[in-house]
Amino acid sequence: MNPQQPERLSMDTFLEGIWRQNPVFVMMLGMCPTLAVTVSAVNALSMGVATAFVLVASALLVSLLRHAVPKEVRIATYIVIIATFVTVVDYAIQAISLALYDALGAFIQLIVVNCIILGRAEAHSSKHPPLVAVTNALGMGAGFTIGLFALGSVREIFGTGTLFGFPLFGPDFQPWVVMVLPPGGFFVLAAWLLLFAWFRRRKERLAALAAGGQQHGA
Amino acid sequence: MAPETLGQIFVNALLANNFVLAMFLGLCPFLGVSGRLSTAFPMGVATSFVMLVASLCAYGLNLLLTQFHLEFLRLISYIVVIASAVQLVEMVLKKFSPGLFRALGIYLPLITTNCAVLGVALFQTAREYSFLQSLAFSFGGGAGFTLALVLMASVRERLELSDVPGVAQGTALSLMLAGLLSLAFMGFAGLGG
Amino acid sequence: MSSETLTPQMSSSAAMVRTLGIVATVCGVIIVGAYESTYSAVAANKKLALERAVFKVLPGSKSITEFVAGPNGVTEGTDVPAGSVKFYAAYDAEGRLNGVAAEAAARGYADVVRILYGYSPDCQCIVGIGVVSMRETPGIGDKIITDKDFLANFQALDVRLNAEMSGLANAVKTVKHGTKTQPWQIDAISGATVTSKAVGRGINDSAQALLPKLVPNLDKIRSKAS
Repeated sequence: MNPQQPERLSMDTFLEGIWRQNPVFVMMLGMCPTLAVTVSAVNALSMGVATAFVLVASALLVSLLRHAVPKEVRIATYIVIIATFVTVVDYAIQAISLALYDALGAFIQLIVVNCIILGRAEAHSSKHPPLVAVTNALGMGAGFTIGLFALGSVREIFGTGTLFGFPLFGPDFQPWVVMVLPPGGFFVLAAWLLLFAWFRRRKERLAALAAGGQQHGA
Repeated sequence: MAPETLGQIFVNALLANNFVLAMFLGLCPFLGVSGRLSTAFPMGVATSFVMLVASLCAYGLNLLLTQFHLEFLRLISYIVVIASAVQLVEMVLKKFSPGLFRALGIYLPLITTNCAVLGVALFQTAREYSFLQSLAFSFGGGAGFTLALVLMASVRERLELSDVPGVAQGTALSLMLAGLLSLAFMGFAGLGG
Repeated sequence: MSSETLTPQMSSSAAMVRTLGIVATVCGVIIVGAYESTYSAVAANKKLALERAVFKVLPGSKSITEFVAGPNGVTEGTDVPAGSVKFYAAYDAEGRLNGVAAEAAARGYADVVRILYGYSPDCQCIVGIGVVSMRETPGIGDKIITDKDFLANFQALDVRLNAEMSGLANAVKTVKHGTKTQPWQIDAISGATVTSKAVGRGINDSAQALLPKLVPNLDKIRSKAS
């Protein structure tokens, strides 16, 4: 049986995680921090960056060790590696800003059970050389951060009238409080998915119309 | 702080601070397995059992780690214990209830990456719960998780027969449902005293 | 590569144990390294946050000493045995006791509400509060940080001890908005009763536990130990 062709490093390796396999909007993985932490743009970005760091670091280590790890213990090994880097991030954030650490709360440590990271390690990093694995992980991390930011900024703008702490509307703005509460997280993500689904259908409809037009002749 | 009574902890974890609908833990299985009531309920029970085991082990581990001032190994030891507990549950199910084992399929090992399980361990440590309080917390959390899953599954089964706009089908609809459920559960605030 | 497909056999236990052992060692080194290198920065951050909080509830303070009040008196230190309560003595620039700050916590609407309150021995009252952490509803429960009328409750909240010095003469209680009549009551924020009650409960619990142990020993901490 032919072994899977090793992936060649290309722009696609990076871009795949941003659009086609965006963890937040397409793969729907790692939902817990996505909804819990995105009450403000700053929190969302920090969580995205923290997760991206763990993704890239564990992708690198898993890829470097890919020929040395026996098949039977690979999941246990990946979990230990991921937990290590999450602990590192946990202490790093505490050292940088206690306020941020308080805001992100337990979800920093919950990065370890973020399905994206284990999934990537198993499906990709363990089968490709370090450079390819890291690039792909970077793309996934970037996609995850973008997704989180999309949620966090909308929730912050509508829920508190600010973005990154800067007030956007006048003092008479009545904040839509539900946006920064748990139900709001569900609703905003659903809204984004609705938007993407609508775009996709419109594109398909237009493409079908164009193809139909060509069939009947100009 | 006046210690929370066991009843308060249980009711809080079950309703007011429901693990899924208020604390956003355990969302992947919540959206993935809640299509059918017949799979949702066993999944809830299996997860609750793992949560209980994780809670007990985390309590013991924490005692050990603080004794030796090794707190920085907490996360890694918790997750390793959880992974082992899930393996154990898998083996037990395979031997004693192979039908259920087959029905749950891939979702059983995925309990390892369920935020709710690790969440139980982390939260009870952060809140410095005693042994009995931790038990009440994990019972309530597991019951709350199962409750949310069952509610979601019941509604989704009914929705299959309804006329849903094409744009909203799939995950978007489940998310809106979850939002409405979460909004409803907010009404339980303050119930635990 | 061909040998892999020719002999698909289970890896030996030795290989598995060896791999796990190496991975565990490498990861252990990484974790310990991260812990050690961030330790001083984290400790500095925590000290800074504590100072900022205490100086806010007890203005005029310049330094803090951590104490523990137990059944046998007050001792300087950070270890809190069962039955003892931690508090912070704040001193002004001349080393005189400005006031005492302690933590209070109670369950609010969403999660635990933690506050720091400042106690002045001279008036036997609480002179200010600061919120350490909370996850209350933005725009509703979080008004405990900004609502001027609510904060005014804590400018002279009576926490005198009873004659036996075994507890507060009058328990601190949160009452419905607009019905405050006594200096030991807290006027709740209209529409944010749960969070307001949590603040009241936390302060009461903490004061009932701390003050009977602290007040008889106040002279010991009147001036800063050099």
